[in-house]
Amino acid sequence: MSFYFAIIGTRDNPLYTYEFGTSKSGGDGVARFREDQRSMNQFILHSSLDMVEEVQWTNRDLYLKTVDRFNNLMVSGFVTGGNIKFLLLHDQKAEDPIRQFFTEVHEAYVKTLMNPFYEVDMRIVSVVFDQRVRAAARKYL
Amino acid sequence: MSTTKHARIGEEVWKSRVDKVNAELVTLTYGSIVQQLCKDLEGDYTEVNKQLDKMGYNIGLRLIEDFLAKTNMGRCNGFRDTAESIAKIGFKIFLNITPTVTNWSADNKSFSLVFEENPLADFVELPDDGRAQNELWYSNILCGVLRGALEMVQMQVEAHFASDVLRGNDSTEMRVELIRIIDDELPPGDE
Repeated sequence: MSFYFAIIGTRDNPLYTYEFGTSKSGGDGVARFREDQRSMNQFILHSSLDMVEEVQWTNRDLYLKTVDRFNNLMVSGFVTGGNIKFLLLHDQKAEDPIRQFFTEVHEAYVKTLMNPFYEVDMRIVSVVFDQRVRAAARKYL
Repeated sequence: MSTTKHARIGEEVWKSRVDKVNAELVTLTYGSIVQQLCKDLEGDYTEVNKQLDKMGYNIGLRLIEDFLAKTNMGRCNGFRDTAESIAKIGFKIFLNITPTVTNWSADNKSFSLVFEENPLADFVELPDDGRAQNELWYSNILCGVLRGALEMVQMQVEAHFASDVLRGNDSTEMRVELIRIIDDELPPGDE
């Protein structure tokens, strides 16, 4: 399983991206996207933003489950209270682990937001945040 | 006074005579002050340090009165006693932390406070502009508070941070040095 994760700001600007593979059942955590597909990932992910904006009003939870599909790829979404969107591109269904992953990233994001030197919609360059996302990915996906 | 007694007084006052506020409120308020200063002074971190110290100084001048009223403390028995009071009672009742007093100089005139936790700096990561890490002392207000408070009880001290975990150091350490005891001086021309 391979994943492509992105955080999108309120002005549809990317704040953070991370590409990784599964660490479960002997995975080494490296993404195995086909080379010609890799560059498509960003397009697929960002094109699902419209779907997210549609679904977010019909769903009470922050976790929106799978919002979009493209061939064999799925996009799961999560919207924070401040309308920051977490999007995860994945090639197999895994509802619960993704929920846990999002929840953990959300926690890390809130911590980042509490930093007085960070402003909403700023790119996330914090090393601490990056490490926490990587740890969450290893743990759940 | 023994150090355990200090700890006991601190604990007691903290439990019974101090109004508590939400820690995040303090952290975020202080954070926005520092952030705004950095913005207003256009990233002149030396100046930011100075301003924070001044603000702390003005807090210290008043805070000492509150401190004495709450604790009913008498005079300290020398500078070592003062240091213990600051760490175990002062920091305890106002911030609920107890920094460690250590690294005494041979002449007993300067010591270090090592902070294991620092509620002001929770969540904080210094801006990644290549300078803040070397120039900004994020919690510098504390130095001013000590300077102001001790000045009101006839001790002129110099306080500065020597290291900060925010800068990537292993510990947060503040150095406090006694310059002189301020004698009661009659105002000039007043016999």
